Amino acid sequence: MSVIAFYILTVLCIFSALMVVFSKKPVHSVLYTIFCFFNIAGHFLLLNAQFLAIVHIIVYAGAIMVLFLFTIMFLNLNAEVEPHKSNLLKVAAVVCGGLLLLILVSCLKGAENIPVNPMLDTQMGMVKNLGMVLYNEYMLPFEMLSILFLSAMVGAVLLGKKETK
Amino acid sequence: MNIISEVGINSYLWLAAILFSIGVMGVLFRRNAIIILMCIELMLNAVNILFVAFSVMHNNPAGQIMVFFIMAVAAAEVAVGLAILILMYRNMGSVDIDTMKKLKW
Repeated sequence: MSVIAFYILTVLCIFSALMVVFSKKPVHSVLYTIFCFFNIAGHFLLLNAQFLAIVHIIVYAGAIMVLFLFTIMFLNLNAEVEPHKSNLLKVAAVVCGGLLLLILVSCLKGAENIPVNPMLDTQMGMVKNLGMVLYNEYMLPFEMLSILFLSAMVGAVLLGKKETK
Repeated sequence: MNIISEVGINSYLWLAAILFSIGVMGVLFRRNAIIILMCIELMLNAVNILFVAFSVMHNNPAGQIMVFFIMAVAAAEVAVGLAILILMYRNMGSVDIDTMKKLKW
């Protein structure tokens, strides 16, 4: 059952990722990206990482992609204005992506022989367990993250502000 | 029953490799800077899947904490990136990356 779910999620994920690249209108790309992120959240659920699945939906689909959508609508970029790249460049891009895939796959040869412990700690991905680890071992990076967010917020406001001269 | 022992860790490795390659291809393929940012998000998510898969495989929660940090950094990156995009649109009138070649020479 979960194997079937894995393959369905994988196919949908790859399909929507391809549609992000190949769809003509930017708004369609954003919607396909949201769909792809939901599929990735489904993968997290299959892996028993419930906290990350929920955070993934809230942060990515709820915040980041809404920001993208808002920018596209704010700048009125939905019309397909980009002059088309020459076909040679498109073919070159696809070939480069394919070559990278080839290199990655050839590096992963032999991974199917890695032994996997069939016992699974189903409680590991829960909020309680992750929270204990986050606030005990990773306290300093967590606090640094807030400084990163503060600086990103200041930078975004400063860049987005209209210059008055 | 563990999903990783059912489908094997190499299925997750393949999925992550394919998603990452699609992201790289998208960065090279498109000229619209917004879609390039989205392809970068795709690449980050390919790595996230792999982090969670290996974290579950080794029963080690550090991988999932790392994914949490990656999400936070991605959110900050997108906020600043879109602010730069808006600035670029205001100054140049488009988000085509080919118009940004003033630093080229």
